[in-house]
Amino acid sequence: MDDSAAMRAMLVAVIEPLCECQIVEATSGFEALRLLPRERIDLILTDINMPDINGLELISYLRSNPNYSSIPVFIISTESSLNDMEKGKQLGAAEYVVKPFDPVHLQHLITSYLEPAR
Amino acid sequence: MSEHSGVAYTKAIRDFLAEAEEIVEQLAVELADLFDMSASGELNPDLLNSIFRGAHSLKGLAGMFGFSEVAELAHTMENLLDMVRLGKCKINQQVIVVLIESQELLTKLVGTLATGGSAGMAEEIAACVARIDVCLSPVEKAAGSSPLDSLGLSAQVLSSLTEYEEYRLTENISKGRTIFNVHASFDLSTFDQDLSQITDLLKSCGEVVSTLPSVGANMETHIDFDMILGSEWDLGDVKDLLEQSGVSVTQLGRAATIKLPTPTVPVAASAADLQTVSAPKRVELEVPVQNIPTIPTTSEDVVQSAKSMSRTVRVDIGKLDELMNIVGELVLSNSTIADISVKMRTEGFSRISIELGKAAKALERKLTELQKGVIEIRMIPVGQLYEKMSRIVRKISREQSKKVELKFFGAETELDKLIVEDISDPMMHIIRNAIDHGIESCEVRARRGKSESGTIRISAFQKGNHVVIEVEDDGNGIDIEKVKGIALRKGLVSDVSTMRDRDVLEFIFLPGFSTSDAVNEVSGRGVGMDVVKNNITALSGMVDVETRLGEGSRFIITLPITLAIIKALIISCSGRMYALPITSVLESLILNDSEIMTIERKEVIQVRETTLPLLRLETFFDIRRAAERPEEYYVVVVGIAEKRLGIVVDDLLCQQDIVIKPLGDSFRQSHGIAGAADLGDQRTILVLDVGGIINETIRSGS
Repeated sequence: MDDSAAMRAMLVAVIEPLCECQIVEATSGFEALRLLPRERIDLILTDINMPDINGLELISYLRSNPNYSSIPVFIISTESSLNDMEKGKQLGAAEYVVKPFDPVHLQHLITSYLEPAR
Repeated sequence: MSEHSGVAYTKAIRDFLAEAEEIVEQLAVELADLFDMSASGELNPDLLNSIFRGAHSLKGLAGMFGFSEVAELAHTMENLLDMVRLGKCKINQQVIVVLIESQELLTKLVGTLATGGSAGMAEEIAACVARIDVCLSPVEKAAGSSPLDSLGLSAQVLSSLTEYEEYRLTENISKGRTIFNVHASFDLSTFDQDLSQITDLLKSCGEVVSTLPSVGANMETHIDFDMILGSEWDLGDVKDLLEQSGVSVTQLGRAATIKLPTPTVPVAASAADLQTVSAPKRVELEVPVQNIPTIPTTSEDVVQSAKSMSRTVRVDIGKLDELMNIVGELVLSNSTIADISVKMRTEGFSRISIELGKAAKALERKLTELQKGVIEIRMIPVGQLYEKMSRIVRKISREQSKKVELKFFGAETELDKLIVEDISDPMMHIIRNAIDHGIESCEVRARRGKSESGTIRISAFQKGNHVVIEVEDDGNGIDIEKVKGIALRKGLVSDVSTMRDRDVLEFIFLPGFSTSDAVNEVSGRGVGMDVVKNNITALSGMVDVETRLGEGSRFIITLPITLAIIKALIISCSGRMYALPITSVLESLILNDSEIMTIERKEVIQVRETTLPLLRLETFFDIRRAAERPEEYYVVVVGIAEKRLGIVVDDLLCQQDIVIKPLGDSFRQSHGIAGAADLGDQRTILVLDVGGIINETIRSGS
């Protein structure tokens, strides 16, 4: 999820060629919270700075809810939020990726996390 | 990264351009607002944060799509803004101007992206960047432990606060605001609407620093949220604001002035107790008044912040008491002047005395107005209690698995603020009882042919100089036979056969009396109806109960509208003078010894169609008569609610306005005395509490 449509489109462009996966987009943490019960999600990509709840709060929630705690979470955010991204990792985020990112690098990461699932 | 191949990328770039334009437009508007705001000295943190996020987003996007100049400029702006919003760098009008200029350049840049011609702007950009860098003047960060430690935040909350949120929290603390944790649980299907309703309410009284979702009890269907609020309001007011919402509010860390409920002692409030005179209504987004200028919490307010302060003022209720006293003294002084004018006439200064008399009368009219005005300031509508009740009723009925519907009437009826505060607890206990023992469970109600939901009606209305509050339920009703049985068993009375139902019901107000076989968790412990009655009596009020077995009960609470200045009838008995509040006086009679009859060792007289019990005041106060008993008496017939009593006195002296002043704690036990009053010529007399006298008389059989 990301509140920027362009960003989301970009991410979709990066991820799509990787696998036959379905990409669910959300513009905010709230939307994610609404979508989670309805879809079977295998991987979550989130930003830190979002309008309603921030990425850290989302991760904290996901970790505390047994239904979602096993879903790997990637934080994709700018380097000014490095402190926050550290916190995110401590909270249980699997990886963090700094924007602007190398799409190949991101593709590698995603594949490595999704492989075991398949 | 410059591979713009593929359909996906083209769409992405189109999106990017559109979004980039939106962002810079938004930046323009917000920076303008920021500039306006800077005139007043206080900047809205939300606005600042929003501008930061705009620059941040733009930078990220531009970077991703390879538009490096935009990215660079946006990055520099973002950097500065981040420092500012984290308090690491100062901001003033000059800085804002630089930001605005940068934003204008940015807009130009973005405009050229579509056409691809951004080449010639490198110099401008470099210059702009340099200007921004100049503004970066780091602020000294105070060393020392973080105030966040003392807040008692849970580890979970602390670990999910971003750096910015931590900073906002610290800022709030350093500005002397109280930090609250608001916890709520919402249905998963509607949580975002519900949550935004709550956050709107919260934003009207402070800053919502963070919102943390968590897993609550019903994780499949619900989602919980903990919101951290920084506000200048105190706990009681915040709770009031959120009354209807089913959320819980706790205060974190440093103690502000916490309002504690005081059930038995009527509050002669200390000067430190700040209370709103016109309490916040439950309207969303109302801007409350503070005496200290605060950061406006919504950006729309920003431009009008100078003018749109709400029209209420917070007043210490002790000051209102003082005012009342002073007005009382003025009234007395005026009486003295009137007396002098009368004396003057008898001494031959008739012409002047008439003028003086006129002046005194005019003054008296003005004083009455003033008096009325001051009294009105203390009045608040009973409806404020209603909101509190709803929440608690929902909670109790849930605990008891009963369905209860609460209906309110007469919310605008007004009462002195202190009375409203002190009546809240007794009312809650009555309502609690009604739910516990009154309203039946759904099955029982169905069996009885009643609607599934029990109804509790609360109505308030004015009756003369009193306010009546009725709490009526359509539940079990009180079993009078059972009450009789218990009374007999406890030895409270030897023979119940001749007692009227009304008098039997009085037994439930005795200490230790309970008709429930099992003392249940909720209401069995601690408070009985006797405490309720005592609390009400302490306010010079009375409580009555009516009931019909199987159909329901009604509790009737009668309260004086105000405790302060009243008109009183001054009477004398056995050489002493007393004051009787006029509002309780129904009529007065002259009576001869011979007319007094004795029934069951009680003295009564016949007044028109009814028998009126009598009370000799000297017997009540146990005063020995010096002279012989006169043969003729005055009887002042007093009454409150439905009860009547004839007080036998020696003489009726006059009618006067008096200010009732409370007596000390040592007199609290004396039922029958409401306080003392100054008669103006240095004489102090006792003011009788008619309700208390009537109660005592009934209880002890005189």
